[in-house]
Amino acid sequence: MKVTKTFLITALLSTLFFVGCKPKDADIKSDIEAKYKADADLSGLTVQVTDGVATINGECKDDATKTKSEEQAKSVKGVKSVVDNCTPPPPPAPPVVVSTDDALTKGVMDATKDFPTVKASVNDGVVTLTGDINRSSLQNLMKSLNTLKPKKIQNQLTIK
Amino acid sequence: MEQLQDKYKQLIDTANSEGVSNLQVTEQDNVLHIDGEAPTGAVKDKLWAVYNQLDPDFKAGDVVMNVNVAAGAGTKAKVTTDKTNLNIRKGPGTDQPVVGKAAHESTVTLISKTNDQWWLIKTDAGEEGYAYAQYLSPQ
Repeated sequence: MKVTKTFLITALLSTLFFVGCKPKDADIKSDIEAKYKADADLSGLTVQVTDGVATINGECKDDATKTKSEEQAKSVKGVKSVVDNCTPPPPPAPPVVVSTDDALTKGVMDATKDFPTVKASVNDGVVTLTGDINRSSLQNLMKSLNTLKPKKIQNQLTIK
Repeated sequence: MEQLQDKYKQLIDTANSEGVSNLQVTEQDNVLHIDGEAPTGAVKDKLWAVYNQLDPDFKAGDVVMNVNVAAGAGTKAKVTTDKTNLNIRKGPGTDQPVVGKAAHESTVTLISKTNDQWWLIKTDAGEEGYAYAQYLSPQ
C-alpha cells in the first residue's frame, strides 16, 4: 500500500516536472501566432501544434515568405519541427477573351438570320440589338448571341 | 464586383448545384461572364430560366452566359428547330451554300465542333455538312 502511494506520488510529481519544464502546445501555438500577427506577410496563416510539432496552413505569396514562416515557427521555444503546408495563392482568373468585331459581325449575322425584324450592330465588342421580336423567340436569339463571346449585349429590342 | 455576383447569385448557385463543369465566373467591364459546360440540355434550359427570372427579357446587359452542353465527336443530337428543317451548309456560316437538310426532330451525329455556333454533322441519310448548333440538342 505504502509502496503504491509513493509510486503514485513520484509518478505525479515527475509528470508535473516534465510538463513544467516543457512549453505546452497551446503556448507554442500562441507564441507562433504572435510572431505571425506582427508580419503582414504571415498574418493570414493558421498554426496547429501537437507534441511540439507545428503545422502551418494558409497562403504564402512566394517561396521567401514560406521560408520566413518556417523560420519564425522554428525560432519559438519548444518547437521540435515544423510542417509547413502553406501554398501560393491560386492564380487570378484569366481575363475574358472578347471576339473581334469581324468575328462578332459574322456570328451576329448568322444568329439573327432567322429573325428578320431584329437589327444588330457590333462596335468594340458590344452587340446592340434594335427592332422587335416575339417574347417566345427572344431566349433562342439570346442563347445564340451569348455563345459569340461578346463584351456585352445591349438589348434594346421591343418585345412583343 | 460583388454587386453583380450578388444579383446573379441564384444563377451561379444553380450552375454549381447542377454540375456545370469548368465553371468560370468573371466580371469584366461591368459584365458578368459565366462560362462552363452543362452536363445536359435540361441543365442549360434551367440556367436560362433562372437568368430570365433575375433579368426579365434580358434587358440589363450585364451578363454574357456561354454555358453549352458538353458533347464530343460521335454524340447524337436532335434537331430542335421550331418546325422547319435545318440547313446543312458547305462551310460554317450562313453565307455558305446549303448542301442538305436535317429533318425537324430527326437525329444527327456530331463529327466535330468548329466553334460554339457551327458543328460539322452527319445525318442518318449520310448527308454531311455544317449546321447551326443552336438548333441541335445533344442527347
